[in-house]
Amino acid sequence: MARACGFLLSLLLSLPIQAADGIGDARQRELANLLIQDCGSCHGLRMKGGLGPALQPKNLAGKSAEYLSGVILEGRVGSAMPAWNAILTPVEARWIAERLLRGAAP
Amino acid sequence: MNRILAALAMLLLCEAAVAARGTGDLGVVIERSSGSLRIVETSGNTGIARVEGLGDLSHASVVYSRDERFAYVFGRDGGLTRVDILAAEICQRRLQAGNSIGGAISQDGRLVAVSNYEPGGVRVFDAETLDLVADIPATHGDGRRSKVVGLVDAPGQRFVFSLWDAGEIWVLDMSDREHPGITKFRDVGRNPYDALITGDGRYYIAGLFGEDGLAMLDLWNPGLGVRRILPDYGKGARKLPVYKMPHLEGWAVAGGLAFVPAVGSHEVLVIDMQDWTLAGRIPVLGQPVFVMARPDGRQVWVNFALPDNDSIQVIDTQTLAVVRRLRPGKGVLHMEFEPRGEQVWLSVRDENRVEVYDTSSFERLATIPAINPSGIFFTVRAHRTGL
Repeated sequence: MARACGFLLSLLLSLPIQAADGIGDARQRELANLLIQDCGSCHGLRMKGGLGPALQPKNLAGKSAEYLSGVILEGRVGSAMPAWNAILTPVEARWIAERLLRGAAP
Repeated sequence: MNRILAALAMLLLCEAAVAARGTGDLGVVIERSSGSLRIVETSGNTGIARVEGLGDLSHASVVYSRDERFAYVFGRDGGLTRVDILAAEICQRRLQAGNSIGGAISQDGRLVAVSNYEPGGVRVFDAETLDLVADIPATHGDGRRSKVVGLVDAPGQRFVFSLWDAGEIWVLDMSDREHPGITKFRDVGRNPYDALITGDGRYYIAGLFGEDGLAMLDLWNPGLGVRRILPDYGKGARKLPVYKMPHLEGWAVAGGLAFVPAVGSHEVLVIDMQDWTLAGRIPVLGQPVFVMARPDGRQVWVNFALPDNDSIQVIDTQTLAVVRRLRPGKGVLHMEFEPRGEQVWLSVRDENRVEVYDTSSFERLATIPAINPSGIFFTVRAHRTGL
């Protein structure tokens, strides 16, 4: 029951994005996992930073989703941030950027 | 008297009476997103207990006390936790910094050192009480502090570590705990990202993210300074994206050859340890993360960064050929050999399980459930320099 509620809740939360971007449920779950686990390798599972900078909403204040998805896709030359465009589409990068701005945590 | 009081305090903190049992076949698996440890045993390949409350274990590692009863867990949130693995309980825990990356235990087992990102530096603690013994800020240049990586123990009560932002290697001598000695080696190369020490405690080698090559310090001859080895292994080649920083923890040495991950190319580099030249490059599936030798040195097991992190490749160290590809599942983060290497444990993060494989037949022998498992650490590490 709790599971079903959780599912409905996540469905509800993801509805506007799904409508806007057409990213399927399964892929959204993969992206959420990638954000926490793989981005989290350098930025921390709670986005408090590590080798890479902290990415909590307070750290990103004033940065737009466009800007952030650009950094995700192209990486940052001279740093350890790779270009994710071989793994993520622009729409998916945008989804992650918006997640970051809202606050991501496990 | 202080010693006695401290010992009494210890008894109070960790007094659990436990049934008689050896710990040589025990280990822990980090459950990174739930901040817990799974205690496991390798005789029957099972999970036996869970310890919770270890904070943010995004990037966690573990060292063991000499008696192999206590695990020191280094968490991302600066948490240093001493866990009694027999009683399956936390003895002490302190948040010693804001953001940390790893740690090491001294040769005599009495000191535990932690490398910190924030505030950048190393802090050394008493291994029994976790009281602060020394605070070593990684200050460089005009007074800024650097993130510290690649912290290892070395013979002579020393710790060696690298400064990511500063491109320096420091040797910290704790033989007089009241008066720590620091020797600094500058300009070792851009962005050392991790390091290792050979099992004999002689060579400290840091991988460089910012340029090709590795920085090597001969601790038997520190006066020679830090040397660059394999300075141009990637020269001219277009760098491939690195979706996970490689690790140099498992120094894979076999028959005078050492195996390390390349950075930005899909290769395992083979180093001739006689003259520290490049003896070969083995093409592999993707960006290698851990390159670890089976304890007998006959095989080297490699896992990978995204998008190849569902696979393992096994290299035969005699022929330098990849002899096997396994696909344990999504998110293979770490591997740990059983003490004599006949079996290996693999953590499969995204599938919430740990797998045990036979290293001769490559058959899967057991599956142990664990929540987003990452690092696996067996007590055999207690008696190995650098682990």
